[in-house]
Amino acid sequence: MTEQVTLNVLEGVDFDDEGYMTDPNDWSKEIAEALAAHEGISLTEAHWNVIEFCRQSATESGSAPTLRQITNGSGVSTKELFALFPKGPAKKVAKISGLGKPEGCV
Amino acid sequence: MTDNNRKMAFICSKGNLDMAYPALIMGWAALGNGIDVTLFFTFWGLDLIRDSRVDHLEIPPLANTSMKMTMMGIPGDNLGIPNIMGALPGMTAFATTLMKKKMTELEVPPVREYMQMLVDAGAELYGCKMSVDMMNLTMDDFIPGVKDIVTASEFMDLTEGAQVIFI
Repeated sequence: MTEQVTLNVLEGVDFDDEGYMTDPNDWSKEIAEALAAHEGISLTEAHWNVIEFCRQSATESGSAPTLRQITNGSGVSTKELFALFPKGPAKKVAKISGLGKPEGCV
Repeated sequence: MTDNNRKMAFICSKGNLDMAYPALIMGWAALGNGIDVTLFFTFWGLDLIRDSRVDHLEIPPLANTSMKMTMMGIPGDNLGIPNIMGALPGMTAFATTLMKKKMTELEVPPVREYMQMLVDAGAELYGCKMSVDMMNLTMDDFIPGVKDIVTASEFMDLTEGAQVIFI
């Protein structure tokens, strides 16, 4: 995805100071692709499984899932999750999934 | 937002159940923030990585002035456990059971599982050479994921540039 396309997709999307989308309803798969590219991640099916789980989980609970909630709920192991979204997976997935910052210590 | 080179090292020197969690919780949070994490286990802290001990960590109510019943899930405001009570047989097991129950309620994993999560997330675990020698232990005594037994000096090399937290 070129930088120009990325910019177009994200045009008009609101983010908070830390880079999380303010309204999860504005999210689309194209936005996810653009945000992932910004994080240096190219989305594969394994990424999408995690993203879909997080979107679903957030719809039910009202907030982005923590690391452990993701591994417990999606069946993806801790190792895989850190490989898919290196350096802080829960926060990265939340960003890419258009959700707020995950809260909770585990 | 997060500096990619940020590193944190936790020195775990205590083997009581309540002292196992600070490094696990902060270490996990650090990994979740993209920070590199090293854990160094010394003296009683070795219990946290000893295969035969990690599932049997306990919290003694004796000589612990912070140990109020409220903290352990029993309602009331300032009901302390008198030391003489803490010395009674079974009190340590009682306090341990209450703490484990509380942690389970909060969905905090047991120490062994939590330690494995940290390893899987990329944390590096090391045992302290002098303590290991003193207690006649070898790598075989440790849970999977412990990388090596290192000297204090090697630990200094490993944690160059890291923020070090002593627990």
